[in-house]
Amino acid sequence: MSTFQSTIYQPVIGLEIHAQLQTDSKIFASDAVRFGREANTLISPISLGHPGTLPFLNKRVVEYAIKMGIAIGSDINEWQYFDRKNYFYPDLPKGYQITQDKTPICIGGKIKVKLKSEEKFISFHHIHLEEDAGKSMHEGDNPFSFIDYNRAGTPLIEMVTDPTLHSSEEAFALVSEVRKLVRYLGICDGNMEEGSLRADVNISLRPIGTEKLGTKVEIKNMNSIRNIQRAIEFECTRQAAMIDAGETIIQETRTFDAHTGKTSSMRVKETMNDYRYFPEPDLAPLHISQEWINEVRASMPLLPWEQEQELVDQFGLPAYDAHFLADSKEMALYFKEAANFTKAYKALSNWLMGPVKSHMNESLLHIQDFEISPKNLAEIVDLVELGSITHNLAAHQLFPLCLQERSKSPKQLVDENGWALVDNNDELNNFVQEVIQAFPDKVKEYHKGKKGLIALFIGEVMKKSKGKADPKLVNQLVQEALAQ
Amino acid sequence: MLLCFIEYPIWMNISQLKYSDLRKLLDQGQLTCVDIVKYYLSQIEAHNATLHAFLEVYDTEALDKAALVDQKIKSGTAGELAGLVIGIKDLLCYEDHHSYAGSKILQSFKSTFSATAIQRLIDQDAIVIGRQNCDEFGMGSTNENSAFGPALNFKNTAHVAGGSSGGSAVAVQANMCHVSLGTDTGGSIRMPAAFCGVSGLKPTYGRVSRWGLIAYASSFDSIGPMARHLEDLALVLSHISGADGQDSTVVSSNEFLAKKPIQGKRIAYIKEMAEHPSLQADIKKAFFEKLELLKSKGYQVNAVDFPYVDALLPTYYVLTTAEASSNLSRFDGVKFGHRTKVASKDLVDMYKKTRDEAFGEEVKRRIMLGTFVLSADYYDAYYTKAQKVRRLIKDFTQGLLQDHDFLVSPTTSSTAYRLGEKTMDPLQMYLGDLFTVQANVAGLPAISIPMGEDSQSLPMGFQIMADVFQEEAMLELATELV
Repeated sequence: MSTFQSTIYQPVIGLEIHAQLQTDSKIFASDAVRFGREANTLISPISLGHPGTLPFLNKRVVEYAIKMGIAIGSDINEWQYFDRKNYFYPDLPKGYQITQDKTPICIGGKIKVKLKSEEKFISFHHIHLEEDAGKSMHEGDNPFSFIDYNRAGTPLIEMVTDPTLHSSEEAFALVSEVRKLVRYLGICDGNMEEGSLRADVNISLRPIGTEKLGTKVEIKNMNSIRNIQRAIEFECTRQAAMIDAGETIIQETRTFDAHTGKTSSMRVKETMNDYRYFPEPDLAPLHISQEWINEVRASMPLLPWEQEQELVDQFGLPAYDAHFLADSKEMALYFKEAANFTKAYKALSNWLMGPVKSHMNESLLHIQDFEISPKNLAEIVDLVELGSITHNLAAHQLFPLCLQERSKSPKQLVDENGWALVDNNDELNNFVQEVIQAFPDKVKEYHKGKKGLIALFIGEVMKKSKGKADPKLVNQLVQEALAQ
Repeated sequence: MLLCFIEYPIWMNISQLKYSDLRKLLDQGQLTCVDIVKYYLSQIEAHNATLHAFLEVYDTEALDKAALVDQKIKSGTAGELAGLVIGIKDLLCYEDHHSYAGSKILQSFKSTFSATAIQRLIDQDAIVIGRQNCDEFGMGSTNENSAFGPALNFKNTAHVAGGSSGGSAVAVQANMCHVSLGTDTGGSIRMPAAFCGVSGLKPTYGRVSRWGLIAYASSFDSIGPMARHLEDLALVLSHISGADGQDSTVVSSNEFLAKKPIQGKRIAYIKEMAEHPSLQADIKKAFFEKLELLKSKGYQVNAVDFPYVDALLPTYYVLTTAEASSNLSRFDGVKFGHRTKVASKDLVDMYKKTRDEAFGEEVKRRIMLGTFVLSADYYDAYYTKAQKVRRLIKDFTQGLLQDHDFLVSPTTSSTAYRLGEKTMDPLQMYLGDLFTVQANVAGLPAISIPMGEDSQSLPMGFQIMADVFQEEAMLELATELV
């Protein structure tokens, strides 16, 4: 993908990231929160907005939001009020959404992102609580629309950044970090395809070196981090071309089409809703005491950056490895579990970043579903480190076999297959002599100075040993034999 | 023969007896719940076609329940309200029963759950006899805004019952049930109680759960009892009060029961109200006679100033219509209730036709007014300002209740209007709420009790307002006056 680069314009980008909270029940009702259930089975009079119903706040939702606030260093508002955002849509059962307009639960906060050339803190304006709407479905030519209210009332936090991002790379990095963070916190599954994590982008251009913001355009409906990046790239290019052509950018909401990679207008400002926010009179104000915050703080899991640091400090891993392993909580946990069984931490890390990652990519697995237990992987690592087998054999023969033969330990498999390294010098020397005798011409060329031929001799010896010889030892023996 | 001899006088007196007396007869076996229900059903049979107090009567159901409760009384397992026959305003949800909110938009709607207030009475073996007429969504002062025709005043059917709990007031007035559960957003319990010569109590905001009350204005709405006897108001209130885990704005029972009842002897009346030009002469006279009575009983009675009298109605109407415009958004033809049968060209067209067809004029007026005061350009000028004034009114009223134990006034400035008298002039109609809205704006408890009749023999009402959770003290004072 081409990256928008301009010597004239600077993009100014703000994100609104919505995360569905993985609570057992909805934000204002006891109906269960689950994805992918039969339509309209997770409903109640409350989530359908029946007359006479009232919302009742699920405290767990508040705790989850506080967790997020603590993680990014927000101030937690002591008093919580909710507001109604009024608009008509069939999937909005009450004709208003309960949200927080004036008193968001968290104020401020920041997240560090790693970019290609630098690290940068991206600051948040606030995080507020709100309820999700149902889902409207339109089927081809069917004149009817269908509505599934299972999602109505699912708790959301909306994380609103300050408009301080300047590239799609930053947006990509931020959403990736947020996704990692909500997963670490266990408050959201971070699944963008299913809509558990969604982001709207506000974007405008301004001449480089100026402060005044241009007219912003909001982009919606991007269902992957990659599409967020694509939408921003498209929009920067589109807006720059418009300004260049002397056209005026209008304030509007645009939708992103993943097939074409383009954004198109959904509604312009004049026809935008007046949401008529006002305080939700059906909910008592919620007080968040310092004690409550302290309780939540005490229950905080290790955060991604803390995990990274721990991997560096406790296991002596390079920063790069730590960052890779800490990218998912489960991967870090896997590493730490395996590290109970081997001291070769760096080698273990290499295994995870190499063969294990390739395997997971190919078979579309998460580390949680990885076939080899941490203990067994540690055993493979140690077999190589202690010189029992070669890395080559471990990676290409033992590892695939371990994936299949899950009831047997790697050691067992090595024994059964007679893979243990030949470390008998006499036997190896015999192979060396055989090889030297088999290639008299090459030996001559070697002595004339074609030292590179040593690889050939080593390779031949390895073949004879059926790969069970230690290449270092073979190298040494071949050199000694040739020197005679 | 002997049985008949005992039965008849009691039957005649059923409606005149307090529940505690009825209960004695029930427990002694001199009367059955079936007798009571039959009596009220006969009253309904005799008068409802004219008075229109009930929109629906649960006759079979009530008789079945009565027979069941009779069994329980015999076996000594009956609840504390066994045989108490109640009627419920059409704004309250009752599981598997229709709740129309006096509106065509909810015609055919059945609730899947019961209001906490109703459930708590049923749990104590009260018997629900029917659903009572009211102004559409509680918006009205005469019951003329009911989509199903007005309830009429039993005293004089050329006159309105008052509103919005008009059917509930008339039902008590015409002995069609023992107690009615009404709702009060700006006087909707007290005003019809006054017009019909019965008692009605609006509890402190936050004392009774609103779960199952079809919302008009959430921060003003209260559920309360209407009855002939003050003791019955107190009884029902004690049962319906308290948190239920469904309404977060309800205060826990411990909190208000811990509140020490005042031994109130200091009474204030607001000069601007007692001297208000709209106040009918008979009412003024009767009111001051009551004040004299109180003085003779050793109460101190002081006139006080209240500088916000003119701000009461505007504040009330800006805030209630704002909330109403939002609360009534859910009636959109999508999920329940009425949907237009006329072909619509798109979704918005369907919304418009549905809401236009099924909402009445007054409801539309209030939705539009509320939408206007919340709109971006007028928000601060109306909504924000009204919220500030609400705070001032609340603080000032509570200030008055620091120096005095009760605030008293006539309940209404006039007796029941003639049918159609005010319908053409909404502002005149709104003025009828002048004395009652203060309690809702300030979230305070208030009661209306009968204060005799005017020269046309129409009932008048006396209102007492007290500090939060002082319902018991308020009822004690009321007892001195009836």
